[in-house]
Amino acid sequence: MKTLILQGLAVLGFVFFSAMFLVWWERKVSALIQNRVGPMVVGWHGTLQTVADSVKLLLKENIVPSGVDKLIWWLAPFFVVVPPVMAFVTLPFGKSMIVRDLNVGVLYVASMTAICVLGIFMAGWGSSNKYSLLGGMRAAAQIISYEIPLLLSSVLVVMETGTLSLQGIVEAQAHGWFILKPHLAIAFLIYLIAATAEVNRCPFDIPEAESELGAGYHTEYTGMKFAMFFVGEYTSFFIVAAMATTLFLGGWQGPFLPSFVWFLIKTYGIIFVLMWVRWTLPRVRMDQMMSFAWKVLTPISLANLLIGGWFMVNA
Amino acid sequence: MDLQELTKILNERFPGVLGEENKTAVVIKKESLLEVARFLREDDCAFENLHCVTAVDRRDKMELVYHLYSFKLKFMLTLKIYLASDDLAVETLSGIWKSANWLEREVYDLFGIKFLNHPDMRRILNPEEWTDYPLRKDFDRPDFIRLPQTEGLKAGG
Amino acid sequence: MPMTNFDIKNIDPEKEDNLSFEELIVNMGPQHPSTHGVLYLELTLDGEVVLDCRPHIGYLHRSCEKIAENRTYVQFIPFTDRLDYLASMNNNLGYVLTVEKLLNLQVNERAQYIRVIIAELNRVASHLISAGTLAQDLGAYATPLFYCFRDREKIVELFDTLCGSRLTYNYMRIGGVKNDLPPGADTSIKSFIKYEREKLKEYDDLLTYNAIFLSRTKKVGILKKEVAINYSITGPNLRASGVPWDLRKEEPYLVYDRFNFDVPVGEAGDAWDRFKVRLEEIEQSFRIIEQALGGIPEGNPTVKINKVYKPAAGEVYLRTENPKGELGFYIVSDGTTKPYRNKIRSPSFSNLAVLPELVRGVNISDAVCVLGSLDIVMGEIDR
Repeated sequence: MKTLILQGLAVLGFVFFSAMFLVWWERKVSALIQNRVGPMVVGWHGTLQTVADSVKLLLKENIVPSGVDKLIWWLAPFFVVVPPVMAFVTLPFGKSMIVRDLNVGVLYVASMTAICVLGIFMAGWGSSNKYSLLGGMRAAAQIISYEIPLLLSSVLVVMETGTLSLQGIVEAQAHGWFILKPHLAIAFLIYLIAATAEVNRCPFDIPEAESELGAGYHTEYTGMKFAMFFVGEYTSFFIVAAMATTLFLGGWQGPFLPSFVWFLIKTYGIIFVLMWVRWTLPRVRMDQMMSFAWKVLTPISLANLLIGGWFMVNA
Repeated sequence: MDLQELTKILNERFPGVLGEENKTAVVIKKESLLEVARFLREDDCAFENLHCVTAVDRRDKMELVYHLYSFKLKFMLTLKIYLASDDLAVETLSGIWKSANWLEREVYDLFGIKFLNHPDMRRILNPEEWTDYPLRKDFDRPDFIRLPQTEGLKAGG
Repeated sequence: MPMTNFDIKNIDPEKEDNLSFEELIVNMGPQHPSTHGVLYLELTLDGEVVLDCRPHIGYLHRSCEKIAENRTYVQFIPFTDRLDYLASMNNNLGYVLTVEKLLNLQVNERAQYIRVIIAELNRVASHLISAGTLAQDLGAYATPLFYCFRDREKIVELFDTLCGSRLTYNYMRIGGVKNDLPPGADTSIKSFIKYEREKLKEYDDLLTYNAIFLSRTKKVGILKKEVAINYSITGPNLRASGVPWDLRKEEPYLVYDRFNFDVPVGEAGDAWDRFKVRLEEIEQSFRIIEQALGGIPEGNPTVKINKVYKPAAGEVYLRTENPKGELGFYIVSDGTTKPYRNKIRSPSFSNLAVLPELVRGVNISDAVCVLGSLDIVMGEIDR
């Protein structure tokens, strides 16, 4: 029981530290790309800027707009934050750094990240704001569509290893990362694209599309509730990057350095790539994005599944 | 093509339509605006572009000024209509040139000249509740210090 | 704000007509990230498709034309800065040219060359902002915007050394300009052109031929040639629709007839063409500036300013090619020191009027894209 509480605290601590770090890092990466310096005042190179921002958000007045659907509106931020945090339970950070090695790990993490859509849609619906509603609708359509290629590409890994346990998948990659196999490399690309859409990041950030919808589903939130959407977003972001690492890049496997360092290096590497994409590309349109999911990604991942299966049977 | 030539053509085509002599503009009678405009829009002159519509308050009368441009003739025609102060209404040109829609709304908003059969005759720059016409010479500066009444903004008071 | 009067409790599943389908009216603006100022668009949506769009303008109405009637001719020059605040030099130029025509005033050669150089530099600055903001509207998260502002900053700094301001320059004078070019301006403009040419190639890679950018702007908001002329669209928007019409070429003012430059023309008249035409115009402006710098004569371009001018009674309508389109000043003089009427025909006003035609039936994201590609500035629409 004692270890369980400690583990829980460790996960929570890591989640908030990671979210804060990612916000700071995102600002630094964007500054690098845009010929700026980014936050520089609070702490060394602005490292404490996010802390200051969180304190500001904590102290802010919590404005409840009249006309919101109160219950739904209040619950929505929790639905966005809690499931990704729960997904941490089965992430293999290192050789023995895992809270519970569930035997349905892949499925569990996928379902936890998918629950976020409920929170986003609740926020969009409950806000009684037309922009939020449009954002919520877009999010629902988008996340559910991209769930399919995301899972189909993960299924290939499961077929390769024969286990749903994440620790088992990492151990299966001891003699070579899965990304080195051609059909799994394709699956990795599909996973990365679908994951970008899954966490609403540019070029698939249409649910919050600031130039169209103001701020989309979280238009009406202030203070800590707004911050919770942020934490939820960056936590999901970390989860999909960590899953990509686990499924395709050998997880914590690596020489010399401790295992969890390898895991973090790989995860943050993927996060850096996704940030780079975000600050470079324009946003796609709703219908283009949907047709990309259904007409391009889903067929390719299905075909890839078929080809990969054929390889496994014949090789 | 210059103004004299055009005046001659218009005089032949529409006898009696031209109003007073003017060195820089063609002045026509209010009633014949639509047919003259249609003629000017056609192929011979091809004034395809209604560049600007505005008005000048001459105190005793209102002067409505159309600037028409022809890409073919490379000529900017100034077409004028004089309106009596008590009869500020004229046929709209928005059926011929789409650009007239907003330009005429602006003239209505600032001068109070009504355009008949206009598809959307509302104020464009000033608030809908505004009652005065700011660019008229007899316009009084509204008292901005007084707070607006609850039933709407009253100008000139 | 209750969205609809839709209440789940009132629904009788047996009856079909209890389910009502309503159009969604979205008030986009006057405070909205992508309405380029205080524009208010009343959009009627069916899902995400725009059924109707009603622009409401006037939030920035400062009655410039009324002010002009109460100011002397010289006093009104600073007010023209505030029309299209992204191209203040060009507005100054249009106004002083009109007054000079009214006064029959001759301007010396050097002043004319300086005016051309400065107006073209400001055109480049304005087009850079236009390109950056369109990319921003398409959701390219500020990166192209920052790049464009970084480049524009160099022009702004040059103007700062020229006349001491960064946005509202008040530089042109009736009969000349305020200051001569500062020493070293020649080399700094040339090095800027060299720098910017490199950067334009970079923007082509980053944006112009980017697959997502192409798919977002190609075949979006197609403005047909006939419609464009009928709506009195001018400037890059007209040229993007395939009309090779540029006042600098067709009815040259200043010394534009001495320079070689092309008029970039689009084909389809879609948002991409409007974007591309602007980028190409930057290159043409560079050509004009280089030739002007090469042929600039000696002399004193500054003038001693009269406090008042008294033009003879009469009227003048003069158009100049602004970055946004043709800016016209219609000045009626009654022989006094103040204009009797000063009508400003602003290009953005006419360019915005066509918006409802272009966005009917497109997705809400595309409506934002079309608005961005029209490149409007509310300062000169509302005046």
